[in-house]
Amino acid sequence: MIAFNHVTKSFSEDNIAVKDVNLTVEKGHIVVLLGPSGCGKTTLLRMVNRLESISNGEIMINNKNSMELDAIELRRNIGYVIQSNGLFPNMTIEDNVMIVPDLLGWSKQKKRERFTYLMKLIGLDAQDYRKRYPHELSGGQQQRIGVIRALAADPPVMLMDEPFGALDPIIREKIQDEFLQIQREVKKTILFVSHDIDEAIKMADKIVLMRDGEIMQYDTPSEMLAHPKNEYVSKFFGKDRALKSLSLHTVKNLQDIIGLAPIDATIRDTKTIHVHQDLRTTLSMLMNQEADQVVVTNDQDENIGSITIDHVQKYLHFEIKGELSVSQEG
Amino acid sequence: MNSKKLIAYSVRLVLYALVILFFGWIIKNHYFDYIFSESSTFLVLMRQHIELVVVSSVIAIIIAIPAGILITRPKFRKAEWVVSIIVNFLQTIPNLAVLALMISVLGIGFKTAVFALFLYSILPIFRNTVAGLDSIDKNLIDAAKGMGMKPSQILFRIELPNAVYSILAGVRTAVVLNIGTAALAYVIGGGGLGVWIFTGIQLFDNGYLLSGAIPVTLLAILADYLLRKLENVLVPKGSRREANT
Ligand SMILES: Nc1ncnc2c1ncn2[C@@H]1O[C@H](COP(=O)(O)OP(=O)(O)OP(=O)(O)O)[C@@H](O)[C@H]1O
Ligand SMILES: [Mg+2]
Repeated sequence: MIAFNHVTKSFSEDNIAVKDVNLTVEKGHIVVLLGPSGCGKTTLLRMVNRLESISNGEIMINNKNSMELDAIELRRNIGYVIQSNGLFPNMTIEDNVMIVPDLLGWSKQKKRERFTYLMKLIGLDAQDYRKRYPHELSGGQQQRIGVIRALAADPPVMLMDEPFGALDPIIREKIQDEFLQIQREVKKTILFVSHDIDEAIKMADKIVLMRDGEIMQYDTPSEMLAHPKNEYVSKFFGKDRALKSLSLHTVKNLQDIIGLAPIDATIRDTKTIHVHQDLRTTLSMLMNQEADQVVVTNDQDENIGSITIDHVQKYLHFEIKGELSVSQEG
Repeated sequence: MNSKKLIAYSVRLVLYALVILFFGWIIKNHYFDYIFSESSTFLVLMRQHIELVVVSSVIAIIIAIPAGILITRPKFRKAEWVVSIIVNFLQTIPNLAVLALMISVLGIGFKTAVFALFLYSILPIFRNTVAGLDSIDKNLIDAAKGMGMKPSQILFRIELPNAVYSILAGVRTAVVLNIGTAALAYVIGGGGLGVWIFTGIQLFDNGYLLSGAIPVTLLAILADYLLRKLENVLVPKGSRREANT
């Protein structure tokens, strides 16, 4: 758990990057710091592992005041991922990933096992990549190595500053999915900086929307989209925020509330969608008219009904009015 | 690509041919005879020359690299501009002027020559050390710090390995220049192969001139070659590609 108590950072008298921030990041949650460039996301993040000093207030990490801990010790217990992956060109992939375990004095055997385990998480062959150097990897692979490097010593807390910001959209989406998969297994407490709204909605358990060093709203993505606290928040997410919120809901959610239509057996040109897929994907499938009918399948691959634009619209309508409260869990 | 290779190849062939012709001409005219007829003197001068170079270079390396490291530490960063002004100023003083200055302070002899050569070698090594350390991506240092590396660990595990190419290039430049400049040691009684070169010039004796000058050239080429080999050993494999492109 990370708690910010009245945290302020001023670089100079008229350059105050973070203003009196109060925030609690719960254990095992991903909290995304979102906001325009220069709003203080990076600064707020870097105060946690004391790469920036705290001008005022305190940051508690698992109920310990960060200032009372040894800075070196503290950082070894916090995973840190940056946008430009920060892999060391002079070290092999294995040495890069095992930096913190090495600093902590792990045995060779333990490091080797850990490396193999971590590489498996990101679907790369440990044996194949061990002796390679960062420049021999693609940008996407380098970034994934950067992520498992932060996980190497199994720190309870991770700080990620636009970790996927430099990747092209397709790779980014893949790595986001992969990371969420990993997070389900490792359950870290994560502060994640992003300036991409879609990424924030996708990754976050809760979003912190910032402006000029202040928190505008701290809420779950669906709450923030459905009930923006003020005009700044609603403007930030844009007119299509209702549409955006669709990616938070699954066909299952819709089925639970308004049910599905029966399948018209006479229509031959059908496409199927899985019940756990999100409504944004469903809607784009319907809008693109990829098929005359979209059939929903369940976990057993049985067809359980069909879905139309009408359904989605109805669901959206409830969602905007806030008459529905649907859990985010898919 | 292929035509480029062809040109490079033929240029190299022509150069080799010229070198062989040159040596043929020297041997035909018995210009190398002194090396054999006065071999003991030659060996003494050669040893002196190498001593001048090695002693002055080693001292320069021992002082310039740590100085470069020190000045790039955060605490001393602010003083960097003062140091670069001094360094640049020293660089503009001609070799002979340095020698003249040293004579008035230290008198003449081996020590004075070493000191002058040392002063002149410091600059390229220091500059390249600073440039090498400065060129390291600040994000790397940030990542290292963020993972809990101590400043000394950052220096030895990240900064120096990634700067070693640049530092070695500075050492190579310094040593090669030094070998040539050491020929001037003769002027202040420092010995070395400069003795024969200057004798050759004064007596219009190509034999002395070339018996001094050619070994100096070969020494420089050899030093350059060996230091490049050292590069292959010291520069980490992963940083090599970046360094070469
Ligand atoms: N080292 C520094 N010295 C002085 N001012 C700084 C420093 N670092 C950041 N700032 C200022 O603090 C403010 C917040 O910067 P910060 O890097 O935290 O923004 P950010 O939200 O991460 O932006 P971006 O999305 O562009 O990364 C900016 O106005 C910036 O100019
Ligand atoms: Mg930032």
